Amino acid sequence: MATLTADPTATLEPAPIAEISFKPRSPSELAWRRFRKHKMAMVGVGVLVLLALYATLGGMLWSRGYCAPVQATLSGEAWANCNDTGQKLQGPSREHIFGTDAIGRDIFARTIYGGQISLLIGLTATLVEVVLGTLVGVVSAYYGGWVDSLLMRFTEAMLTIPSLFLLIVMAKFFGGKLPALNLLGRELSGSVVVIIVIIGITSWMYLARIVRANVLSLRELDYVSAARALGVSNTRIIMSHLLPNTFAPIIVSSSLGVASAILSETYVSFFGLGVQVPTASWGNMLESAYKYLASAPWLWFFPGMLIVLTVLAINFVGDGLQDAFDPRG
Amino acid sequence: MIVYIVRRLLQAVPQLVIISIVLFALMQAIGDPISTLGARVPPRPEEKARLRRMLGLDQPAYMQYVVWLIGNDWLKLDMDGDGVRETPGPRRGILRGDLGNSLVTRQPVVTMIAERLPNTLLLMVTAEVVIIVFSLLIGVYSAIKRYTPVDNVITAGAFVGFSMPVFWLALMMMYLFAVNFKRWGLPYLPTIGMYDPAVGQTLGEVVRHMVMPVATLSIISVAGYSRYVRASMIEVLHQDYIRTARAKGVREWLVVYRHALKNASLPFVTLIGLDIPFFLAGAVVTEQIFGWPGMGRMFIDHTNRSDFPVLMGILMFIALAVVVVQLLTDVTYSFLDPRIRLN
Repeated sequence: MATLTADPTATLEPAPIAEISFKPRSPSELAWRRFRKHKMAMVGVGVLVLLALYATLGGMLWSRGYCAPVQATLSGEAWANCNDTGQKLQGPSREHIFGTDAIGRDIFARTIYGGQISLLIGLTATLVEVVLGTLVGVVSAYYGGWVDSLLMRFTEAMLTIPSLFLLIVMAKFFGGKLPALNLLGRELSGSVVVIIVIIGITSWMYLARIVRANVLSLRELDYVSAARALGVSNTRIIMSHLLPNTFAPIIVSSSLGVASAILSETYVSFFGLGVQVPTASWGNMLESAYKYLASAPWLWFFPGMLIVLTVLAINFVGDGLQDAFDPRG
Repeated sequence: MIVYIVRRLLQAVPQLVIISIVLFALMQAIGDPISTLGARVPPRPEEKARLRRMLGLDQPAYMQYVVWLIGNDWLKLDMDGDGVRETPGPRRGILRGDLGNSLVTRQPVVTMIAERLPNTLLLMVTAEVVIIVFSLLIGVYSAIKRYTPVDNVITAGAFVGFSMPVFWLALMMMYLFAVNFKRWGLPYLPTIGMYDPAVGQTLGEVVRHMVMPVATLSIISVAGYSRYVRASMIEVLHQDYIRTARAKGVREWLVVYRHALKNASLPFVTLIGLDIPFFLAGAVVTEQIFGWPGMGRMFIDHTNRSDFPVLMGILMFIALAVVVVQLLTDVTYSFLDPRIRLN
């Protein structure tokens, strides 16, 4: 409407229809406009972009050094895994700006490659969470009846055990059962996949409940009844009528899910059940760090700072998304 | 009300059964408990087989579950492996209050939990009190001072607070208050344990050892909770009855603390109620890093040795606590807010 009333002369001298026509804004455009106004969320996005660049380009730019045990200059992940025990537990210096760890690996290079793993785990575990949560929520709400009670009893049962306990038990259960795999030119320990899966299967419950509540109210609306009367298949009603309308809560909850997945990884790794060395992750870099509480604080300070920074940035983005999709809240 | 409580408890039964089956299934593959029992000399295969038979680990999984659930004192067992079932089983099952014995220490799990639970509760209850007081104070204050620089600083602080891994916060605090305070010659806080064995378990010692774990637990939770309190305070402060109170000339602090806070703290009651049992668990990391002899640390120690009766005991205890506390929360809530009817 703003374009119609902005110019008072327009009412006196009507312009041709073609000129005053404007494109209506879609809900997602409106959400994006609100999101852009959220300052901290935009800062969060900026920080996340920088962190993503750090974890990707950083490896090409700065991961390089002379590795004494193999008597060669290494670069990339090989440098991050080079353990020069002669250099162990060195404080930050010109060669190792974040210092070295207990077996002489460069912490700076490891935060870069560990960052790739931590971010990967955060994103993919959330993907698992979203797929499982949405599936359970939609099926439960749409089909109702005994399917609903069965799925919801199971969801409630899963919620009665604090997720950290489930994570620890499942990490023990699946631990060491998957071989290493190759992804994007990197050799990843099978434990990475294990962590992704177990974080996913211990965190879908809240999302499932949100989606279920949403679909339950949508299901009763006239347009869904109309679609059903027209003989549209269940799958299609779910995919093109119900899911797109539950998009907003899924987006908001999954953005925060990435943050908690990254934190979950650090907790599991803290107990030594997470990503297995030599593959680095921000979590497993902290694993035995508390043994060096006083003697080598750089060991736990830098990876910890990166975790806090990432999670903080994601939480800001999540907060912005919440405001953008739910302007009343 | 009674009907409601009974129905809720009945509903909880399938929930607990499902979770016990899921957990028991997981326990089958968390590692071989026998292999962690070895002394200096690794046991011979026949010794292992005998151990397995005596601990009932040679039975199929479903049978082990049945024994865990309802005991085996109604069965005759073949303990010496001669094919004759002559010994009556010793177990009474979780339904009759027997959680089995630890495979590692051979103690009854019930006793082990009873030993550790007071320590965990000491930490938890103290932390919970600190959390409630500070969340309310900070939340109310930042709601009154909404969008001022003070509020913005508090908001930023809260975001940093709940973005931190618990153990990293613990490390930072230990580094400052234990390591560096000692280095600077200031009075410093101890980092490990519940008391200094040289001094003994005196009140002062335990309090000194509690400061950092309690602070660690509190900071993270206060960060999250104060946001909820702020949000619900802001909502309540905009309601008509608050404007009426102000118009009547009620003093501002009375409006805030008597009129507004009463209603604003209702959602907070639910939040705290739902979180209390999870708090038992949240302590896992804190107890581990501060060497606090509680239930969480016992869980980790026994996970590493695949001691599943202890793990099952702790997990089912927590699951039961979750169910009971959730029910209590709902009942309390209906007392506090008569608009809510339980049915």
